[in-house]
Amino acid sequence: MHDLIAISPLGATRPRIDSHGPVTLTEVTDRALASVAARLGHEAQANALVASLIGAQAPGPARMGGETLMAFWMGPDQWMLDAPIDSHEDLAERIKAEAKGSASVTDQTGAWCRFDLSGDGLADVFERLTNANTRAFTGGEAQRAAVEHMGCFLLCHSPRHISVIGPRSSAGSLHHALLTAIRSAH
Amino acid sequence: MTQVNRLAGGLIDRSRTISFRFDDKWMKGHPGDTLASALLANGVRLMGRSFKYHRPRGPLSAGSEEPNAIVELRDGARREPNTRATTAELFDGLTAQSQNRWPSLAFDALAINDRLSNFFAAGFYYKTFMWPAAFWEKLYEPIIRRAAGLGSLSLQADPDSYDKGYLHCDLLIIGAGPAGLAAALTAGESGLNVILADEDSLPGGRLNAETFGLGQQSGSDWAAEATERLAALPNVRLMTRTTVLGAFDHGIYGALERVSDHLPVPPEGKPRQILWRIYSRRAILAAGATERPIVFENNDRPGIMLAGSLRAYANRWAATPAPEIAVFTNNDDGHRTAQDLKAKGVTVAAVIDTRPDAPKGNGYEVIAGGTVTNTSGRLGLTKIEVTDARGTRRTIRCGALGVSGGWNPNVSLTCHQRGRPTWDADIHAFVPGGTLPEGMVVVGAANGRFSNHTALTSGADAAAQIATELGHSATRPDLPQAEDTPLALTPFWHVKGAKRAWVDQQNDVTAKDVKLAHQENFVSVEHLKRYTTLGMATDQGKTSNTAGLAIMAEVAGKSIPEVGTTMFRPPYTPTAIGAFAGRARGKDFRPTRKTLSHFWAEEQGAVFVEVGMWLRAQWFPRAGETHWRQSVDREVLQTRRSVGICDVTTLGKIDVQGADAAAFLNKIYCNAFAKLPVGRVRYGLMLREDGIAMDDGTAARLAEDHFVVTTTTANAVTVYRHMEFVRQCLCPDMDVQLISTTEAWAQYSVAGPNARKLLQKVVDPEFDISNEGFPYMACGEITVCGGLPARLFRISFSGELAYEIAVPTRYGDAMIRRLMEAGREFDVVAYGTEALGVMRIEKGHAAGNELNGTTTALNLGMGKIVSANKDSIGAVLSRREGLNAPDALRLVGLRPVDRSKPVPAGAHLMTRGSPVDAAHDQGYVTSACYSPNLGHSIALAFLKSGDTRMGEILRLVSPLTGVEHDVEVVSAHFVDPEGERLRA
Amino acid sequence: MLINHPLLGPRDASEFVYKGDAALINRPDPDAPDALEQFIDYGYLRDNPAGAHRELWFHEQGDRSWLVVTRNTLTHEITSVELARDVARREGRSK
Repeated sequence: MHDLIAISPLGATRPRIDSHGPVTLTEVTDRALASVAARLGHEAQANALVASLIGAQAPGPARMGGETLMAFWMGPDQWMLDAPIDSHEDLAERIKAEAKGSASVTDQTGAWCRFDLSGDGLADVFERLTNANTRAFTGGEAQRAAVEHMGCFLLCHSPRHISVIGPRSSAGSLHHALLTAIRSAH
Repeated sequence: MTQVNRLAGGLIDRSRTISFRFDDKWMKGHPGDTLASALLANGVRLMGRSFKYHRPRGPLSAGSEEPNAIVELRDGARREPNTRATTAELFDGLTAQSQNRWPSLAFDALAINDRLSNFFAAGFYYKTFMWPAAFWEKLYEPIIRRAAGLGSLSLQADPDSYDKGYLHCDLLIIGAGPAGLAAALTAGESGLNVILADEDSLPGGRLNAETFGLGQQSGSDWAAEATERLAALPNVRLMTRTTVLGAFDHGIYGALERVSDHLPVPPEGKPRQILWRIYSRRAILAAGATERPIVFENNDRPGIMLAGSLRAYANRWAATPAPEIAVFTNNDDGHRTAQDLKAKGVTVAAVIDTRPDAPKGNGYEVIAGGTVTNTSGRLGLTKIEVTDARGTRRTIRCGALGVSGGWNPNVSLTCHQRGRPTWDADIHAFVPGGTLPEGMVVVGAANGRFSNHTALTSGADAAAQIATELGHSATRPDLPQAEDTPLALTPFWHVKGAKRAWVDQQNDVTAKDVKLAHQENFVSVEHLKRYTTLGMATDQGKTSNTAGLAIMAEVAGKSIPEVGTTMFRPPYTPTAIGAFAGRARGKDFRPTRKTLSHFWAEEQGAVFVEVGMWLRAQWFPRAGETHWRQSVDREVLQTRRSVGICDVTTLGKIDVQGADAAAFLNKIYCNAFAKLPVGRVRYGLMLREDGIAMDDGTAARLAEDHFVVTTTTANAVTVYRHMEFVRQCLCPDMDVQLISTTEAWAQYSVAGPNARKLLQKVVDPEFDISNEGFPYMACGEITVCGGLPARLFRISFSGELAYEIAVPTRYGDAMIRRLMEAGREFDVVAYGTEALGVMRIEKGHAAGNELNGTTTALNLGMGKIVSANKDSIGAVLSRREGLNAPDALRLVGLRPVDRSKPVPAGAHLMTRGSPVDAAHDQGYVTSACYSPNLGHSIALAFLKSGDTRMGEILRLVSPLTGVEHDVEVVSAHFVDPEGERLRA
Repeated sequence: MLINHPLLGPRDASEFVYKGDAALINRPDPDAPDALEQFIDYGYLRDNPAGAHRELWFHEQGDRSWLVVTRNTLTHEITSVELARDVARREGRSK
């Protein structure tokens, strides 16, 4: 076992939590990510692979599905798998083993940062950040959207809990943008 | 000063009295007042000086169409010039200054311009300031700018913030007058997702300015009740203080919400304004109409206002410009001003109606067939001269004159796409015409139907129709009985024979200017507009365009529709630049990207440089180093002597997988990749299809079907986009999948003779990284520090024995600390982008300066790597004759003959003795630095036939920096030309 | 503008990067005897219609699909949006 200590996207050893008004903003660091893209001619197998991994149908465009192990749609025949890092630090390797050549799998854990917004009035916050119609979100949406020029995924667990997955190197800018919008809206 | 002209009633809150300052005087007003209404109530009519002639001016209108009453609002950094007093909501402590005057509003030195008005006619600038050219910048422009300013800036940073936001709706309703409210009630109760936007703070539009009843209620009471009903509907968003600025493609609208402008300062964390982008499926334009004046001699004195505005001030704001007024009208509507003000106790001296058959007065004199032929009063109206139907002149005393030439539908937003207003001969005004913005319906007065009855019914009808079209069953609310008076108007545009009659008051354009433009053959309406500047002020001629066209038509002997109309453009009203910038200001202009060694580098006191959005360590100063070169020289020397570490995370990384991955790389790189063995890296040069070099990097083969491609930092995004283009559009049936992994790995270059020894301390011992086990251009997946998965690449940009080691990003911080710790025994040095640059120039490696969008593989000295045995992007066009000329530019090295001289990048090369001009140009310097290893400056350059000119002495010239001396052409490989260190 | 993405529905044009004429899909055969001439046409000669124009847009802030969008250059009316990959296959780029 190596002895290197991971730091959070914001540069600390513990995730940051901010609260303002009805909204709590939480840095999430306990998820592993891996992309799964179907190999040409193996779209059905890749679809089945994702379905078996998450125990639900592979999500369609702009949707997500699953629970402990979840997946969201990234593009045609391409998904991001998302799992607890403590049990799945080797998520990409495990999927690759199961894919048996039906999909290209790439570790994406370090590529992204994630901030969860929870509470009431989230749409009031997001309407100051992105053109995604979060007010119409009911749960299960997974939309790629620009947030203050940063390419992000918005995952709607419920209208009171939305995750923003953004480029890790811009975590500071993204966190600043989210907090500024929360303070502006509430 | 007391509120001498405050009337009874109104919609202001008299329970509170608030104070405000205009110039040096403090006055009182009430919540609900605008600055203009409060000033009028306090007996102030003079609010500013005009743009060109510095004529005394007061408000013309009571709304956002105002051309005259523009002031500087607030003090200090929040001072905002050119604010319309007619829309500025009064708050306690508001301060405002008049503008365009010196030393004071009442006495303005530049009012001399008014006496010189003969010189300032249309085209004055073009005719006067035309010679000589050199005078323009030094003399004319400063004079004009001083004389024709429009308020002054604070010259301080704006302390407020602005948000940008995005809204979605089924139906956007623009304007909350009777038509908009009826539409919103209908659509809202039918279940549509509705946004109702109005620029005013109080919904109701003209209902708040008129005395019409709706059913058993007053208009303003009905509006208030309708507003309450809408507020109870969760699917309706009522946005007051929100101006829809523009109509864009496909149902997108821009709107500005003034969140905090009615407050002294925005609340903590809150924006001053929000610029909304509204995505609508449908839109109803219910923007109402704007009254237009009649043009007559000296029609611009403070106190001369639109007749409907006099009603608005009296009915809504309980204010009058003067206790005694007159009205000048060509329609019945003007008479309502007389009736309403009389009912408020204001004396109505006379109604001058241009129509011989004018209706009789109701307790005031009507001069039928009369006109106002002049006015007097230096700083405010005192008297008008009236000429009656028989030509008899008489003088009437009054402090205000309400003028009505009829009403123009507010068609602005219908013009923002492909709409062209058309002339409606029934109402003598332009109405929406041509192709309206997609999904837009126009109702009520904006569509030229002026009665309250048609406003209510057309609004409700349009909303019901849209609800049905969008699949809802339409629910129509009960609408009250409302007046349905037909329009009674006889066109009358201007009083003939006037010398100083203002058409466009904001830009000081007179009727004479319009005629002069025609005389000088500016007969197109677009030329008229630009020559006279008619309608080109910030009000876009809302109150002046039609009169200008009418006068133009008259002198041209045409009808108004034959003359045409000018178009309106976004924004509908002037908008602060800050709103367009939003939060993207200063350091937040764009996102910042940080690598995983950033926190550590900050601790080391690194100096950072922006590379795209990335912040990269440029150098790491140590105690005692006072000049950046000292730090950089040390970093270079120490790396070449022992070992150095540089964060190279910012290079783009793209994961390429699939059965056809190698074939795909063969397609995008001009050199061959198919036979690259697993576990090896190869340099790759990517061409654009036109044969010019696009980007370079490396591709590492991790498995038969798996490569990792690197790109330059700057081109990471465009290269990825290009690769997706090739994959999806050119090779749709290649089995290849791409994903960016730039951020997934923290990557460090470890370079120098001790690089291996250092790495052996962190790479787990089961991995053989000896020169034999892991030779130059090897790559592999390894573990470090006792089991952390990592990737190792033996590649070198510096020319030293070098590796790049990549670890999962979250461990990047720990890794840089571990590497530096492990390297302590070798006196390891961290180096930044400057040292990186020096070492790559010493080694002769091309970078962005050389791959500058004009150079080919041949220019770069890599002509031979373009494979002729396969197709790749750019291969065919790279073989064009012109790109392969015998004297093509070649990459060479340069050193100064006098070793103490610099070799500046950008300097050009000339054959010795030749003239220094473009015709004799031999090439140019792309990259230059001081080489601490060689002890003098060196450079890379493109030189014609450079490969055959080694040893030649050339003249280096940089006329801009005054450099001119001799340089010698040498190989670009200044250090280790045989590459022995790389393979050590 | 809104581009009606075939998989994701209407999306703001600001999410896309514009490339140009969809004729760029029809890359000439590099082995043709007149390949050089064909590539010069392909690279440099574009129609510039006032009216319907088939063009390539990349959904950079979205699913990274290249799209073929038929847009009227006079009115911005968009009459068709397809995945470029499907178009490329239909136009014979499958090898």
